[in-house]
Amino acid sequence: MKNRTTVERKSERELVVTRTFDAPARIVFEAWTKPDLFKRWWGSKSMGMSLQSCEMDVRTGGGYRLVFNNGMAFFGKYIEVTPPSRLVWTNDEGGDGGPVTTVTFEEKGGKTLLTMHELYPSKEALDAAGTGAADGMGELFGELDEFLVTLGASGGRA
Amino acid sequence: MVQYTNARLDASFAALADVTRRGVLEQLGRAEASITDLAEKFNMTLTGMKKHVGVLEKAGLVITEKVGRVRTCKVGPDRLEEATAWLEKYRQLWAERFDELDRVIEDLKQSEKSAGRKQRE
Repeated sequence: MKNRTTVERKSERELVVTRTFDAPARIVFEAWTKPDLFKRWWGSKSMGMSLQSCEMDVRTGGGYRLVFNNGMAFFGKYIEVTPPSRLVWTNDEGGDGGPVTTVTFEEKGGKTLLTMHELYPSKEALDAAGTGAADGMGELFGELDEFLVTLGASGGRA
Repeated sequence: MVQYTNARLDASFAALADVTRRGVLEQLGRAEASITDLAEKFNMTLTGMKKHVGVLEKAGLVITEKVGRVRTCKVGPDRLEEATAWLEKYRQLWAERFDELDRVIEDLKQSEKSAGRKQRE
């Protein structure tokens, strides 16, 4: 049976994905840091996407560049590499709006809990990534109220 | 994708920056209504209400449907649902990748095992 993948919008700026793997952390870590292994799973069969090329200089300050078969390129820099427990990288293809991705590998009883945490620079950046509607009408109204209060306040002063 | 979302948010904010339109949206949240019903409820002319509904409709907050001579209004596709759908799609992408990763890991475990056997032999 496959282990369950969960996704949660932890805060306005954070998305968290978790999954347990039936292997020690060093093995899971290896599959995330060796290009030939990484290439085998980072695509998406259902979306018809596979990695055409995968360059990874996995060390603090090293860069990576992933190119999919449709030409889309993703790149950034590793800002922390601590085998076999922690990887942190930037996502620079989208300019300043890209998140910082932190992946932790926690081994327990021969299994590994993987947590992938994406921290966006702002709520707007995460919204723009596709969850624009995540907060529903409630928050939209809330923000609008704030916006109107600000407008009202500055209008009053003028 | 980004531009689409931003344009829609802009339209939503503009649409909601009016007390009548917020009222109309709340009202439609409770029950569908015709433009005539809404005009009466908000003490407005039909033309005025048509304009408000038009703005809400453009922002995707309200959808309208003409049946015979009556145009019925209701709230647009639930944004919360839309967001949940996006998150679920995102989850599916990761579930798919991780199932594939399971296979890679299984291979690594196997080759480690056989390497271990060889060392012992």
